[in-house]
Amino acid sequence: MAGNRNKGNPGLMGWIDDRFPATAMWEDHLSKYYAPKNFNFWYFFGSLALLVLVNQILTGIWLTMSFNPSAEGAFASVEYIMRDVEYGWLLRYMHSTGASAFFVVVYLHMFRGMMYGSYKAPRELIWIFGMAIYLALMAEAFMGYLLPWGQMSYWGAQVIISLFTAIPGIGPDLAQWVRGDFLISGITLNRFFALHVIALPIVLLALVVLHIIALHEVGSNNPDGNDIKKHKDENGIPLDGIPFHPYYTLKDIVGVAVFLFVFCAIIFYAPTMGGYFIEAPNFEPANPLKTPDHIAPVWYFTPFYAMLRAITFPMFGLDAKFWGVVVMGAAIAILFVLPWLDKSPVRSMRYKGWISKIFLVLFAISFIILGVLGALPSTPGRTALAQLCTAIYFAYFILMPWYTKFESTKPVPERVTG
Amino acid sequence: MKKQLIALILALVPFTALAAGGGNVHLDKMEPDLYDKASLQNGAKLFVNYCMGCHSAQFQRFARTAEDLGIPQDVIEENLIFSSSLKYNDQMRIAMQKEDAAVWFGAAPPDLSLETRLRGADWVYTYLRSFYADDSRPWGVNNAVFPDVGMPNVLAPLQGIQEKVCDPNHHVAEVDPLTGKQVGESCLKITKEGAMSKAEFDKAVYDLTNFMVYAGEPSKLESNRIAPWVLGFIVILFFFAYLLKKEYWRDIH
Repeated sequence: MAGNRNKGNPGLMGWIDDRFPATAMWEDHLSKYYAPKNFNFWYFFGSLALLVLVNQILTGIWLTMSFNPSAEGAFASVEYIMRDVEYGWLLRYMHSTGASAFFVVVYLHMFRGMMYGSYKAPRELIWIFGMAIYLALMAEAFMGYLLPWGQMSYWGAQVIISLFTAIPGIGPDLAQWVRGDFLISGITLNRFFALHVIALPIVLLALVVLHIIALHEVGSNNPDGNDIKKHKDENGIPLDGIPFHPYYTLKDIVGVAVFLFVFCAIIFYAPTMGGYFIEAPNFEPANPLKTPDHIAPVWYFTPFYAMLRAITFPMFGLDAKFWGVVVMGAAIAILFVLPWLDKSPVRSMRYKGWISKIFLVLFAISFIILGVLGALPSTPGRTALAQLCTAIYFAYFILMPWYTKFESTKPVPERVTG
Repeated sequence: MKKQLIALILALVPFTALAAGGGNVHLDKMEPDLYDKASLQNGAKLFVNYCMGCHSAQFQRFARTAEDLGIPQDVIEENLIFSSSLKYNDQMRIAMQKEDAAVWFGAAPPDLSLETRLRGADWVYTYLRSFYADDSRPWGVNNAVFPDVGMPNVLAPLQGIQEKVCDPNHHVAEVDPLTGKQVGESCLKITKEGAMSKAEFDKAVYDLTNFMVYAGEPSKLESNRIAPWVLGFIVILFFFAYLLKKEYWRDIH
C-alpha cells in the first residue's frame, strides 16, 4: 500500500517517511481517502463512537487510579472518587454516561448500516468486525457494571451469569467457572476488573482498527448505495468522492459539538438519567442476602433481556430458561449473517421495495418496544407483547432472503443524488 | 435556561419514575434547594442531633459539609462533632458498632450518605413524617411508608404523637390532578402536640431531607457551577465549527 511513495524527500518528514510510512498512512486514511460527498445525518455516528471510545479509555485510566477492586472496598472507593478525588465525580459521570452514549451511537450506527445496506458485498467483513465490536462492547459494559459493587451490579451479574446454568449438562459447572466461586464474590469482581480494564479494551481497539482498515480497503457506502468508484476522473479520483480530510473531519467536528452538548448536559444535570444510566438500587452496597424487588439490566441490554423472558414455555424436554438463552443468543448471532440474508440487487432502502421498508420499520419499532418491556416487571400482557415483538425481530431476518429477492426494486442512479 | 434544559432531558426519557421503590404509597413531593444555605445548615444540625445517634454518613466529611454549607470550622467542631475521636476532616462516622445495633434494633441502621439517591427525596421526606402510634411494635410506633420498620420515631419530641385514623393502604387521599398535592384528609392525625406545629415540623423535615440530598451528591454544587461554562464553550465551538465547515464545503455540489 505504501510502496515507494513519499520516499527520498528532504526534511524531518522525509527522514521519517524513509523509515515509516507516516505520510502514506495519512494520505491513505485521511487526506486521500475519498468518501462519497452525500453523507447525511446518519454518518456522524461512526466518528462519534470513536470519540466515546477515547473518552471511556481516558476516564477509565484515571478512575482505575483511585478504584479499589475488592468486595470490601469497591463501593466505598467509588464514593471516594465521587467526593474526595479532585474532579473524580466528573470522571466517573463521564465514564458512566459514556457507557450509555456508546450504545446510543453504536445502535444508530448499526441502524444506518441496515438502512443503507452497508453490510452488503463487498463490505461483509466490515459488518462482521463491527458486530464483533458490538459483542465485545456488551461484554465490556456488563463487566464494568459489576465494578461499583452496588445492589444492581451484584444482582444483575447474578442473573446474567446464572444464564450459563441453563446449558444442559455442563451449565452449573460453567457458571461456577465464570464466577470463580460458588456465588458472585470478590473473586468475580477481581477477574471482571482485569477483563474490563485490560483484556476487553485491547480486543476492542484491535477490532476498531480492523473495522476501519476493512472500510478503507473497499471504500465507504453512501445513502444511495451505489459505487462511487465506477466514475472516476482522469487522475483516478471518484467524481462523487471528496477527501475525508478536511471535508469530513470538519463536518464531524460540527457533529461532535452537538453530541458533546447533549452528553455534557446529561453529565451535569441528569447523570443517572432518572435511573436509566445509573440505577437507584446501585446506591446501596451489594448484599448477597437481600434480593432487590425488581432486577432490571441497564437500558442497552433490555431488548435482549425482554426476549429472554418472553420464552415462557419448555420445548423438546428442555426448560424455558434454556430456550430463552438460545433465543437471546440467536438474536445477536443472526445479525452476523445479515450480509448473506439480504438477496436484494440494491443496497439502499431508498431503492428497495415497500416490503423491505415495512420490515425495517417493524424491526426498529419491535426492538424499541422490547427495550421498554425489558426494563419493566413482567405481566402476562407484557410477556405476550414481548413474544410478538420477538417474533417480528426474527421475522425481519428469517424472511429477508425471500422478500428481498421477490420484491421489485427501483433503479439505482449511476451517480450519488445528495 | 437550566430548568428548560432539565425539562428537555426529562422529556426525552419516558419512564423516569421507574427505579424508585416503595410500592404504591402516596409520597409527598419534596423539591430540594441546594442553594438555600439556611435550610441546609438547619438540616445538618437536625441530622447530627437526631439521626447520627445511630446512622452514619460515612462517605461525607465534616469539613466538606462545612465548606459547602458555609459553616465556620469552630462552629462545626463545637456544635456538630460530638465524639472526641472524630476530627474536622473526618467522615461523619458514629461510635455505635453494627453488631450491637443489629441486636438492639433487629437490623443495623443503614448508612445514610446515599439514602436520598437510593430511595428518592420524596420517600425520605414522607417517611420521616409518617410514623404513628402502634402498641404492637417494639418502639410503640409504626410507619405508613415503611411498614414494621425497626426504627423508633426519633423526631417525636418535635412532631408530637401521630395516630392512624384509617388504613393508609386502603384510604385513597384526594390528590389534586394538576399539582399532585394531597388535598384530602390524611390518615395520620396528630393527637398530642410536640414542640413544633405541623407547618414547623414539615419545614424541619424538609430541611433535614434537603441536607441529605446535598450529602448524597455534594459534587452537584460544583457540577451546577461549571455546567453553564462548559455548555457555553460547546455552543461557541459549534458556531465556529459550523462556519468553518460551511466555508470548506462551499465548492462541493
